[in-house]
Amino acid sequence: MNISILNGHLIDPASGIDQPMDVHIHGQQIVGLGRPPEGFEAHHTLDAGGLVICPGLVDISASLREPGPSAKGTLETETRAAARGGITTLVCTPDTDPVIDTPAVAELIQRTARKLRRARVLVTGALTQGLDGQQLSNMAALQTAGCVALGNARAPLGNTLVERRALEYAATFGMTVILRPEDPHLRAGGCAHEGAVATRLGLPGIPSAAETVAVARDLALAEHTGARIHFHALSTAGAARQLREAQAARLPVSADVAAHQLHLTEMDIGDFDANCHVSPPLRTLADREALRRAVADGTIAAICSDHQPHESDAKEAPFPETAPGISGLETLLALTLRLVDEGVLSLSEAIARVTCGPAGLLDLPYGRIQVGGPADLCLFDPEAHWTLDSAALLSEGHNSPLDGWEFRGEVVHTLFNGRLVYSRDRNPDDS
Amino acid sequence: MSESHIFMQHEAIMDLVDDMARSLRQRLRERGIERPAVVGIHTGGAWIAERLHRQLESPDPLGLLDISFYRDDFTRIGVNPQVRPSRIDFDLEDRDIVLVDDVIQSGRTIRAAMNELFDFGRPSTITLACLIERSGRQLPIQPDVVGLRLPLPDDEHIRLTGPEPLTLLRTGRG
Amino acid sequence: MASKTPHDIQLGPDGQLRHFLTIEGLSRDLLTRILDIAESFAALPGRPVKKVPALRGRIITNLFFENSTRTRTTFELAAKRLSADVLNFNVSTSATSKGETLLDTLRNIEAMHSEMFVVRHSQSGAAHFIARHAAPGVSVINAGDGRHAHPTQAMLDMFTIRKHKGDFTPLRVAIVGDVLHSRVARSQILALNTLGVTEVRVVGPRTLIPTEARALGVHVHHDLESGLRDVDVIIMLRLQKERMAGALLPSEEEYFRLYGLTNERLAVAKPDAIVMHPGPMNRGVEMDSEVADGPRSVILQQVSYGIAVRMAVMSMCMQTHAGGGETA
Repeated sequence: MNISILNGHLIDPASGIDQPMDVHIHGQQIVGLGRPPEGFEAHHTLDAGGLVICPGLVDISASLREPGPSAKGTLETETRAAARGGITTLVCTPDTDPVIDTPAVAELIQRTARKLRRARVLVTGALTQGLDGQQLSNMAALQTAGCVALGNARAPLGNTLVERRALEYAATFGMTVILRPEDPHLRAGGCAHEGAVATRLGLPGIPSAAETVAVARDLALAEHTGARIHFHALSTAGAARQLREAQAARLPVSADVAAHQLHLTEMDIGDFDANCHVSPPLRTLADREALRRAVADGTIAAICSDHQPHESDAKEAPFPETAPGISGLETLLALTLRLVDEGVLSLSEAIARVTCGPAGLLDLPYGRIQVGGPADLCLFDPEAHWTLDSAALLSEGHNSPLDGWEFRGEVVHTLFNGRLVYSRDRNPDDS
Repeated sequence: MSESHIFMQHEAIMDLVDDMARSLRQRLRERGIERPAVVGIHTGGAWIAERLHRQLESPDPLGLLDISFYRDDFTRIGVNPQVRPSRIDFDLEDRDIVLVDDVIQSGRTIRAAMNELFDFGRPSTITLACLIERSGRQLPIQPDVVGLRLPLPDDEHIRLTGPEPLTLLRTGRG
Repeated sequence: MASKTPHDIQLGPDGQLRHFLTIEGLSRDLLTRILDIAESFAALPGRPVKKVPALRGRIITNLFFENSTRTRTTFELAAKRLSADVLNFNVSTSATSKGETLLDTLRNIEAMHSEMFVVRHSQSGAAHFIARHAAPGVSVINAGDGRHAHPTQAMLDMFTIRKHKGDFTPLRVAIVGDVLHSRVARSQILALNTLGVTEVRVVGPRTLIPTEARALGVHVHHDLESGLRDVDVIIMLRLQKERMAGALLPSEEEYFRLYGLTNERLAVAKPDAIVMHPGPMNRGVEMDSEVADGPRSVILQQVSYGIAVRMAVMSMCMQTHAGGGETA
């Protein structure tokens, strides 16, 4: 099938295109930009007048819950949510149940997602077996089974020796290791940033040092082992500074930040709002500003959803007993565009942080618009105003602290591999 | 809108209190009561009680009742923010009590006051003295001694302000 | 963006107390009213009949997820002195771990027509959580949640202070010990500042003082003597034995040597300074018996005032739901 997307404004940060341009698709591929290729005949046209056409988003960290408790989400529900969020490539974290520490689980997820044909689901393998932080996983086998990286999800590594060995072993196969840096001893059962709000509410605190201590340790080991590491979900000004210094020293290290960390702070916990219970915790305004600066100057090259869908019961308890996390797929683009309105990023930079930025960190050939490349596209209306109703999220998890927020910029169409997987104004499965 | 106007001023009220003291003494004599103890109901009743207490030359300290927590409509209208502790600094077991209030209307205040009195002990007798006895009784409670009887329509109110000077205000449809 | 209005949940539409979860967000007038109303209940123990009929026929439930016979008893006595009927539920954590959630427990008890829950829970925010989910017309009183708040304890301490000192405004108050883990301290600090004292100090080693303590509106002292100098009120906090195991302190002996209250140390405070302790006290750890039993100690009075203050709060919360008008 041939599709032409006409009258849109194309923004592809990878190639620097930022101008009105038509896109022509044949099958799963982009076959022409601007003028259609010789002899091309469109069977369908999509009028993108007033819309921005950008690469389908690449979300470098999302917990998709399958295999695992279906009350929290399934590949079916979460890829549907991703499509609505304009996301066409999802990197799934290894904290499924069972965890992704065998080729079987890695393959199962990819196979199921391929059948659903709604988004490309890539998998991160567990760095240690069962994420227990003790025994190394069969990394080579996981790589063969398609894992694009290895990670510890939220589980702490048992000790620095295990971490050293894991980094060395991963480096043997040239695999990137995604680390969520947090010292479990300093975390000590905390559930909120150790600051003014936790002090006021009497919530057990997680000090900033829980992150900076871990970042310092991980950087030292990365330097020692030569491993390529990527920090997931930085939350502190200190970690952003450490990262900047390490990059200046030419260490092969990168980082992402959760979209909500660029907008919310500890103050949003208010009166024990469990939807603001996230890990790492919401930090101070100064941390948020430092993270925004790091995103602006490219130190942090990727913004992710850090999607953690939960059933409602998981949030219906006293704050410390609730499960941490935000259902973030459907607000990733909106929160990123909000940074444009707030003067943090240009529109092209903002799009880069959720497309070619994250793709580049894992050497993925996605998040760009090029002839011959997959037709993964997100078409959004940059002027559309909408209000988030968390009850209406397509994700199985309705846990969002952004309920009632007004956003500018809304996804209108999402195409994955040349197929329309979401349209704002009609049921995508009709197409 | 309802508006208040002065119904009676201090001097005239003091005359009523003097009358009350006279009839009270006579009443107590008839009943063979030699050593009455005086208890006033917060706030207006307490002002009148203070003066009667002086005139009766009772050796016991004046008692004070705040009946907020005994009102039968407590859970409807709640705590009076001006609530004060009740104080009865004598043993009222088997004593003869003169209970004083400013205005008796429904009788509910007196019922609440008697309930509270019994929580302090079991008095031998209670004699009820009221400055104003108005119409509108809802309970079978009548004063023994009255300063002034005043028939009033239900939508009119009379209220004592004080303590110095005492004034009776009448409120009705303006 | 939906604006958040924390603490509004405690107040009814006309500013009256609906729930009593924290001191935060309550006005000086309201706190003063609680103390005034408590004053009228404080006289009850002197009477042959020690109760009033205010809440006759109403049902109050003590919902304790954390064991505390002492606190539960004072709430129970307070409820009974208001003539309410009392249900006691001690919900062990094992019962809730069998799959029944906190909300299930709440719904079950609501079905018994209880109009007030007195809640104690080991997690900060539990009382707010229950208040948010309680049926309309049900009040929640926080009897201690995690490290967050213990507002009735704080108010009885305020009552004790007012009894001895009258006016709050000129006072300097020192709170000594484990402020980090203390819900009582948090509520006391809020209450003292709302009531307008001159200065609140917290005194203790850095391991027991929250990093952002200044955000609470206190001056931080790490030296007991400088912390006690010229204060009018000294509040000693209880030290949990497990703090030693958590590497927060080296030993009880060293703690007492540095932060234990003795007559000698008391001498730097104002000559008429009073000494308080929310109990239960560890003699020889937080203070000497000499001080605890001495003339400055008001610890036993605190206990008896506790019932009056809890009666005041219960009677104020219970009324708000009824609505309804004035009768002559």
